[in-house]
Amino acid sequence: MSAGADAEGGVLAVVDHRRGELRDVSFEMVTAGRSLVDAVGGELHLAVVAGDVERFAEMLDVEGVDAVHTVADGEEFNHDVYATTVEALYADLEPEVLVMPGSVNGLDYAPAVANRLDLPLASGAVALSTDGGDVEVTRRIYRSKLEVTVAVEETPFALTVRDGAFPVTDNTGEAEIRPFEVAVDESALGSRVLGFEEVGEAIDVTYADLLIAVGRGIGSEENLELVERLAEVTGGTLVASRPVVDSGWVERSRQVGQSGQYVRPTVYLAVGISGAAQHVGQMENSETVVAIDRDPSAPIFDVADYGVVGDLFEVVPALVEQFEGDETDA
Amino acid sequence: MKVLVAVKEVAEATDGFEIDGVDIDRRHLAYGLNEWDEYAVETGVRVAEQFDDAADDADAAGADTEVVSVTIGPERAEETVRTVLAKGVDRAIRVWDDDIAAAELDVAAKTRLLAAVAAEEEPDLILTGVQASDDEFGATGVSLADELGVEWAAVVNRVEVDDALARARVHRELEGGVEELSEVDLPAVLTVQVGSTDPRAASPIGDGPDAEPIERRGLADLGLDAGAVESPFRRTGASVPDRGVSTTYFDGDTDERAAGVADLLRDEGVVDG
Ligand SMILES: Cc1cc2nc3c(=O)[nH]c(=O)nc-3n(C[C@H](O)[C@H](O)[C@H](O)COP(=O)(O)OP(=O)(O)OC[C@H]3O[C@@H](n4cnc5c(N)ncnc54)[C@H](O)[C@@H]3O)c2cc1C
Repeated sequence: MSAGADAEGGVLAVVDHRRGELRDVSFEMVTAGRSLVDAVGGELHLAVVAGDVERFAEMLDVEGVDAVHTVADGEEFNHDVYATTVEALYADLEPEVLVMPGSVNGLDYAPAVANRLDLPLASGAVALSTDGGDVEVTRRIYRSKLEVTVAVEETPFALTVRDGAFPVTDNTGEAEIRPFEVAVDESALGSRVLGFEEVGEAIDVTYADLLIAVGRGIGSEENLELVERLAEVTGGTLVASRPVVDSGWVERSRQVGQSGQYVRPTVYLAVGISGAAQHVGQMENSETVVAIDRDPSAPIFDVADYGVVGDLFEVVPALVEQFEGDETDA
Repeated sequence: MKVLVAVKEVAEATDGFEIDGVDIDRRHLAYGLNEWDEYAVETGVRVAEQFDDAADDADAAGADTEVVSVTIGPERAEETVRTVLAKGVDRAIRVWDDDIAAAELDVAAKTRLLAAVAAEEEPDLILTGVQASDDEFGATGVSLADELGVEWAAVVNRVEVDDALARARVHRELEGGVEELSEVDLPAVLTVQVGSTDPRAASPIGDGPDAEPIERRGLADLGLDAGAVESPFRRTGASVPDRGVSTTYFDGDTDERAAGVADLLRDEGVVDG
């Protein structure tokens, strides 16, 4: 069945969902897609593969979307089904730009699709510039410490969009919903999703007053005492970046970031955390961010409202002392 | 059984780095093994050890095990390659020549180079890190799998390979504390997540005078030409990320800065008492 040729020259974006819910990046991709259409012309088409595609398609009918292609194959993400489906849709629509999510599932099929279709892949876009019809992709490198712009000197090409980098598009649109059928022989697939598992019970810190987040800068397990003491005297809750959790110093349920928790406290106090994208994306909506780090170029300062550039082994004890003073006053 | 592990020597920006043109000034870069690859190496060595242990069992497929590493990188990278040889890798290959050095390597170029090596080595399992911390492509492993026409799984934190080398059971780490349990046919490429295992320290043996030479390959050795590393991407600018959040820095001596933070926390009303 043909998906129609109107997208030729336009943009096809494949949205992301899991366990019955569209992920936010889907609506962020619409924003990215709309700006790409301004540059390369044509229409903005979305594709939603597997799961409750009709319900998803209705939700995806937002401003600027011309068509939503629904592919009702399976319930959950399977990379072989996605790769085969996107390949078929691409062949039918011949878009100039193929947009896929930078989510963990995106990491599991976008590079395969790009390779299969012989498309150059620009991964992890955080911004796009489309001045004069030329597309420039902004991405982060060196642990998010440097932002580079990259001109794409060939179309068509493929792009993945970093979670949380673009605003969402949500006004209702006038998209046409078109079922698309792809023959996928499920029994011939080389990969099978067997199930899901929740890892540990998350502690509910999402809207805490004060989160004290400790990163690899703390250096060793013994040093944790310092930040634990700070949490004690302030009444804050201790959370951590991934390396601290991976080292087994703080339990997994307190990990902030892409594979851990999303948090939005009144104050997020980051201690020795550099501010990698996978961390920052899940805490930057905190009301106030305070960072203590010895590296003035640490990207955490890019999202910090307040900063102290300095050695945490000096600053944190001094801070503890400030509140210990309170304790004796009281 | 044979495991091929792709490892990268990455550049890390040092504190207070400066930009030169469209990159970080070389004087502000330090080099080392990519954090993710450390886990890929450990995973590869453990899978091989598991087959070694099973070697007594006559029926075990591929009782002869070998872990081979492949690196795309200049001579400087041999130092990093030595560290993986000291962590249980048996043999190492380094891909480089003048054409590669002159190129800006994108995902497709890396894919072609690694695919050529994989075609020579015919491994049962290929491991890479989820991403390299400098390029942050997060794409090469899965792209490589497609190029080779084999299965794959991305962001893996647990691997079990069956004795017959027919398939691997993996845990994929998704967002928000959820893991996916999957099974993929072998051979396959797995991209390994940090924290998945406890990487061993380097043993001094691999560094000794008897250490294996690192095998070198250029484009011609791999049956490729300069076209294989051409890229349609051109870097046009570099800057420190700036989202326009204005940051107020607390100055003064340590006590003054601490007092600044303390006052702020009190003003925000988030401290007890
Ligand atoms: C798929 C995927 C999922 C991920 N999920 C997560 C996640 O859920 N959560 C997460 O946090 N990360 C996650 N990451 C990892 C992420 O990319 C970073 O590696 C990680 O966030 C870095 O943690 P960090 O900032 O504590 O360590 P580093 O980046 O090593 O930073 C340490 C900081 O401490 C500072 N420092 C060192 N010593 C001192 C001192 N004495 N005084 C003051 N400052 C000091 C340094 O200047 C540096 O800025 C994920 C990555 C991937 C690819």
